[in-house]
Amino acid sequence: MHAPIVIGIGNDFRGDDAAGLEAARLLRGMLPPEVPVIENEGDPAELIEAWTGVDLVIVIDTAISGAPPGAVVRHTVLGSSPAQGDAPQPPPTTIQYASSHALGVVDAVALGHALGRLPRELALYTIEGADFGLGAPMTPAVRHAVEETVATIADLVPQSSVRLRPS
Amino acid sequence: MTHKSIRIGGLTRVEGEGSLLVRARDGRVTDVELNIYEPPRFFEALLRGRDHTEPPDITARICGICPVAYQMSACQAIEAACGIEVTGPLRDLRLLLYYGEWIESHALHICLLHAPDFLGYDSGVAMAADHRHLVERGLTLKKAGNELVAALGGRAIHPVNVRVGGFYRAPARAELAPVAERLRRAREEALATVEWVAGFDFPDVEHDYRFLALHHPAEYAILSGTIAVSDGTGFAAADWPAHIVEEQVPHSTALHARLDGTAGYLVGALARYALNGRQLSPLARSAAEAAGLGPVCRNPFRSIVVRAVEILHACDEAIRIIEDYTEPQAPSIPAEPRPGVGHGVSEAPRGTLYHRYRIDGAGLIAEADIVPPTSQNQARIEMDLRHLVEPRLDLPEAELAALCERAVRNHDPCISCSAHFLHLHLDR
Repeated sequence: MHAPIVIGIGNDFRGDDAAGLEAARLLRGMLPPEVPVIENEGDPAELIEAWTGVDLVIVIDTAISGAPPGAVVRHTVLGSSPAQGDAPQPPPTTIQYASSHALGVVDAVALGHALGRLPRELALYTIEGADFGLGAPMTPAVRHAVEETVATIADLVPQSSVRLRPS
Repeated sequence: MTHKSIRIGGLTRVEGEGSLLVRARDGRVTDVELNIYEPPRFFEALLRGRDHTEPPDITARICGICPVAYQMSACQAIEAACGIEVTGPLRDLRLLLYYGEWIESHALHICLLHAPDFLGYDSGVAMAADHRHLVERGLTLKKAGNELVAALGGRAIHPVNVRVGGFYRAPARAELAPVAERLRRAREEALATVEWVAGFDFPDVEHDYRFLALHHPAEYAILSGTIAVSDGTGFAAADWPAHIVEEQVPHSTALHARLDGTAGYLVGALARYALNGRQLSPLARSAAEAAGLGPVCRNPFRSIVVRAVEILHACDEAIRIIEDYTEPQAPSIPAEPRPGVGHGVSEAPRGTLYHRYRIDGAGLIAEADIVPPTSQNQARIEMDLRHLVEPRLDLPEAELAALCERAVRNHDPCISCSAHFLHLHLDR
């Protein structure tokens, strides 16, 4: 499989935790049709199922790391994701993910590793959240960050598709 | 005078927050506090003023693991208020959707959250490194459940196809054929899972539980029925408020439920099995017998076996429904609002889930009340812990704390998902 897949993770009812889902919805209308865009509400088994055998996976999730609200960081969790914008950060080990469910992306990667079911490359975009209240709207800084991240990924994905196509 | 405290804090990131504190003095347990903060309280306020068609979609968001349970109890409560009842192929489809969720939820709990307790691992991830095929089997089962939920609900998590009165769209027979094929393979995996977990080493513990579960005359009750209690009493869903009363306790923002004035009844897999075990599918019943469960199981550590049997039953029954399925004439029946109160009860994977709504003549919700299984089981879990810990106070700290965590996870409360990430402090 040569097209990357994009996964947005979040919870629509937990304020800024909706950022990943919102990014996925915006990207669905912008990316080439052969690029699957998946909304995931916190199920690690679904993540593993989605990325098994895939070359490049781009994941968008909300995080709490102490950075200012709306701060976007690109982490190269696996492989060497194509450069775009700021230099990639090392894989996160201490970020507290804002998922309201049991396991986060890091756990899904660990489980995928144990099962031998990882993609070749996994780039994780985290958007720093501020308000995770039940029923809260996304804060303006996070909403702005979602739009920025979407624009970055919309530029990145076609390049990745070309790069990953066998010569 | 000796004091001992086991403090387990930071139960986060699932359905609210929780912690556990056990205090002992001179060899006697003086306090057990299972402290859970429950999101459903906020949802009840959120529902007020919304249209009567909205609770299935709104309450589905209470839980990412059992949204169908919330949808089914909500739909049935609203339909009761509107004076309608969903029957025939539409009811079969609801049951089918619910079986999908049961398979998803039980497979996740057994293979990633509960089995590590018996095999000596801190987490399902750690267990996967040594027992890859067992975790893969759990994921295979879960995938079969996900596909069933997606086929009926539009997607595997937080289904969007459920509505008051039925569904937005009913599947064609041909659409369900590949799902049935997957379920036939899953049924084999489920049978193997029963045999696997039946061989675990179980602590020799039994409690004199007072069980409560739905009962239906014609099926192993999941979707609807009357409420049965193991002392031989029972009541209709509409009488729930007369029997089940929630109260505040000083150490928790969560409510504790009392049954006819008594705290500490149990809902969930053990209760369902004790009250309805004879109605399991023949295959599930024989698997339970071979697993040594007997007609009633009072050992909470063996609840993992009951859940595996319930997966087998769900696969079996789902296949039967698909094979017998006839497409309904319409995907839903009208549910015109009228002023009144409706009660809805169904069996979530973790136990009995009750919804009550009062709606006005315009169809707006004036009152909402939701009683989830974990709230009902809290007092009983505290009693389990008290009985478990007191005769074992001389055990090493880490061993005792681990046993407490296992005792909590036996009941698969919503907080169990985070229980493997506990920070533990033991103060003497």
